[in-house]
Amino acid sequence: MTAVAPATVPVYTAPPWYRRAKTWQMVARYAVAVGLTIIFLFPVYWIFIMAFKTPEEVFASPPIWAPSSLQLNSFRKLFQDGEVISVWNSLVTAGVSTLVAMFFGTICAYSLARFRTGGNNLAIWIISQRMIPPIVIVFPIFMLYAALGLIDSFFGLIVLYTAFNLPYVIWMMRGYIEDIPLELEQSALVDGWSRWQMLWRVVFPMVKGGLFATAVFAFIFAWNDFIFALVLTRTEVTTFPVKVTSFFGQQQTFWAKIGAMSILGTLPIFFAVAALQRFIVRGISLGAVKG
Amino acid sequence: MSVAVASGGGFGRWADRRFKYLLILPAVLILLLVGVFPFINILIVSFQDISLIFEDRSFHGLLNYKRLFTEARLWQAILHTVIFTLVALPLELVFGLLMALLFLEPIRGRQVFLALLIIPTVISPIVAGATWRLMFDNQFGPINQILGWAAGEPVPIIWIVQKGFVWPAILIAEIWQWTPFMFLLLLAALSNVDKSQVEAAQIDGASNLRIFFRIVLPAIKPVLAIVLLIRALDLFRLFDVVWALTQGGPGTRTETLSTYAYVQGFQQFETSYTSAIAFVVVVLLSIVVVLALRRVEIAR
Repeated sequence: MTAVAPATVPVYTAPPWYRRAKTWQMVARYAVAVGLTIIFLFPVYWIFIMAFKTPEEVFASPPIWAPSSLQLNSFRKLFQDGEVISVWNSLVTAGVSTLVAMFFGTICAYSLARFRTGGNNLAIWIISQRMIPPIVIVFPIFMLYAALGLIDSFFGLIVLYTAFNLPYVIWMMRGYIEDIPLELEQSALVDGWSRWQMLWRVVFPMVKGGLFATAVFAFIFAWNDFIFALVLTRTEVTTFPVKVTSFFGQQQTFWAKIGAMSILGTLPIFFAVAALQRFIVRGISLGAVKG
Repeated sequence: MSVAVASGGGFGRWADRRFKYLLILPAVLILLLVGVFPFINILIVSFQDISLIFEDRSFHGLLNYKRLFTEARLWQAILHTVIFTLVALPLELVFGLLMALLFLEPIRGRQVFLALLIIPTVISPIVAGATWRLMFDNQFGPINQILGWAAGEPVPIIWIVQKGFVWPAILIAEIWQWTPFMFLLLLAALSNVDKSQVEAAQIDGASNLRIFFRIVLPAIKPVLAIVLLIRALDLFRLFDVVWALTQGGPGTRTETLSTYAYVQGFQQFETSYTSAIAFVVVVLLSIVVVLALRRVEIAR
């Protein structure tokens, strides 16, 4: 075998027309991307600025695209009229139910992931619970709650949100737990730790990211819920989406209040989603796409 | 897309039976309490005859189930739901796919675009509904205004009332809210397609269309299946956006299965009849969901 002299590789430079075409393509893609973003965000902008308009600007027709000043009166009115309590109600019901669902859901997920408890059938039954339309879930629950006196109670709504979020939490956490290696848990047990110590000190810290992401999504699902709260609340526990619909009147719709309430109900989600970028794809696809 | 490897094997040996059942006990109890026990109740009620004006707890056989077949309004609502799903789902899929292709190649500020574009999907559907009610408002909404500029004269469309406009209005709101969902998941799926295969096919001179159908589509099929399943089930339960925009009206023109069941159960107080609807929907959908889940990737 004689050594073959390495062929000299010519340095390839793209011809100028090619680079120009590439640049133009990039500009075009950029323009489309920006245009799309504007289209998707414009409606949100439109409802949000309602909160900052003066009453004259709110009811101007044809509508005004940008208010001349940023009024905070609509927020003040939400506080004065006591409607802002609905945001607090949402926070309590979504927050408490998320914590409960996270705890019971994660330990259940651990059992499913590591011991294959109930096999695939139990797991499929659990996730199928989530895919039934809420209206047919809430109808029998309404009858049950009416009999138990749980209509318009924090306890009743929290129990339902917990049950609603459990399948999601179990399903997601099962996936996250399956992703972590088994060896640490084995050595923790060999070292004489109890199983609960192992869960708290080894497993939960290892799936911290997944726990956090799942909790935020569970919170958002409960926070955004309308139909359960519509059926099961009257005056005391009204959540913010139900309050929003109460501003639609026969004669007049209170757009400024709807705008202000939308901002209060949406801002927490903006921050949560911005913090969660890495987990969004997995979180909304029920774990089917791992980003 | 990585699929989690089953890692339960070596564990069973020292798995304490009590411990593993103790862990699932609270969750399963809550799910049984909320998911199963009430359904036994509605099964019983559905055989009775209870409504606002009338409470007869004796056994009436299939009375309410027979009514399911004769109630034209129910079938109209089901038809609306099915047609809406069949129209909205492909549109969301195509728009989502086109957007995903736009962002597949590197583009500066991609993370910022993604963070902004996901916003419609994560906001409350009621806020989305209220938003579009305002957008379509014939006095305070910008849509008629923009159409007016294009037409050169005022456009007097009342979107949420007029025949021929009310369904498109709901459709636009729904597509606006859920196309980003499709987009994000398809983008993730497309990013995971093996590039070397695509390049090899390109060198062999395969056309882009052929590459898409022969290599890309089979690779993203599992994700596509689960995404379509999630969205189809979501569309089937369509309620919030319709409620915020039209409440099923005018008349019953935009009634869906969910708004119909709501009206029957909570406004007309047709307790037994609504129980029958709920029971049938739960049984049928449970079968569909379990069969579908067994087929798609999600059930490992």
